[in-house]
Amino acid sequence: MIGKDILGLRDLDAADIHRILDTATRFRAVSERAIKKVPTLRGRTVVTAFFENSTRTRLSFDLAAKRLSADVLGFSASTSSTRKGETLMDTARNLDALKPDAVIIRHGAAGAPHMLARAFPWSVINAGDGINEHPTQGLLDLLTMRDHLGDLRGRRVAIVGDVFHSRVARSDIFGLTKLGARVLVAGPGTMCPPELAELGVELRHTIDEVIEDVDVVMMLRIQRERLGRAMMASSREYARFYGLDLDRLRRARPDVLVMHPGPINRGVELAPEVADGERSVILEQVTNGLAVRMALLYLLLGRGAGEGGDA
Amino acid sequence: MVERKVMAAPEVRRAVARLASEITDRLGDPASYALVGIVTGGQTLAARLAAAIEAGEGTRPAVGSLDITLYRDDLYTGLEKPVLGETRLPFELTGTGVVLVDDVLFTGRTVRAALDELMDYGRPRWIKLAVLVDRGHRELPIAADFVGREVETALHDRVEVRLVEHGAAADAVVVCSPEARP
Repeated sequence: MIGKDILGLRDLDAADIHRILDTATRFRAVSERAIKKVPTLRGRTVVTAFFENSTRTRLSFDLAAKRLSADVLGFSASTSSTRKGETLMDTARNLDALKPDAVIIRHGAAGAPHMLARAFPWSVINAGDGINEHPTQGLLDLLTMRDHLGDLRGRRVAIVGDVFHSRVARSDIFGLTKLGARVLVAGPGTMCPPELAELGVELRHTIDEVIEDVDVVMMLRIQRERLGRAMMASSREYARFYGLDLDRLRRARPDVLVMHPGPINRGVELAPEVADGERSVILEQVTNGLAVRMALLYLLLGRGAGEGGDA
Repeated sequence: MVERKVMAAPEVRRAVARLASEITDRLGDPASYALVGIVTGGQTLAARLAAAIEAGEGTRPAVGSLDITLYRDDLYTGLEKPVLGETRLPFELTGTGVVLVDDVLFTGRTVRAALDELMDYGRPRWIKLAVLVDRGHRELPIAADFVGREVETALHDRVEVRLVEHGAAADAVVVCSPEARP
């Protein structure tokens, strides 16, 4: 059941996920109106607490809260007192003193959102914690796939790249397996270690081993800081074994969906012609992200608060 | 819980027919206005009214639906949130007359929410209200223009409009009271 917080897709069951996605499809309609705003969260306060950098996720949450008429305030690591050595709990206690209704948190430490969710009465939405989970990205990916494929049971989804260090991949894997899809992962051995099989995925070594028979290929962003170190040789070599270019796309099913959580490294994991091509649904992912975040704010805020009200 | 049937199927049918003819008498050409049903009971009644008006006049008014959940003033109860329905207004709202349709008029809060939502979609020329049952106990200065039946109720009664489209064996309006009334 959907409670006070959304910390990860690991905690949700298939019915919860469908409920969130169904609600998100309703919220897409709000963004298509002339007046793109509903009064649902009027007078509620949403804080975006980003201890790690983010552009699109933060903008998306910001706009989602505003379209629901909430008041939004935010801070990022570069402007906050964490720079001055304040601990997470002290920062959170100060936030709590401002009486927020929800806190959207991104933090480099896995489990940071869980700690706040246990300690405080407000709703916590995990916007990415270390290499653990990024549940709203997972949900928007599922919504995009469900739009195109309908029922995901028995569908095959490839996740290519640095799966081990990707919180997006982990949320996708939890969500997809709960909805009955089969997940194949491919990447360099340092990024796709055998332990991943414990999550219920099938391991492959190169993109060529997965591209031909999947319904979706999810290309992960390669973190450039990992290039040229022990992880892998160079971006050129990465593109050769794991990049998706037009030649490889021609070998895929004609209706394959190409997805990417952004931001794209053009020419590394995705060739520009593929990123901008007709099989790419990358910008639909962005639109769906807004709808999913509106849905979560709607579903979570006030849950367990017991403020009373009349029928 | 005590149930009291205040309208059976023939009475519901006659009330819908009467509402349709009153709407026609007062508003004239069905092409000049739209019926907008509040999800979910009002939506079904709007469809029935449209059919009845078309049968009498040969023209079907435009029909839309309005889900008012996001405009409700009682969403923060601590309970699970309501499932969202669909708002569909497949006609040009600005400049059109609108007859809002709901099954039961009670506190008036649903109608308040519906008015706010309609204004976010456009600027209708006017808005009127048609309800199958007016059960009293208004908390806002709202009145219906067309009423199928006024039913006396106690504040804590629940009024259920059971329609065959929603799975009922036969149409009925039932008042459910927490305890027996004298």
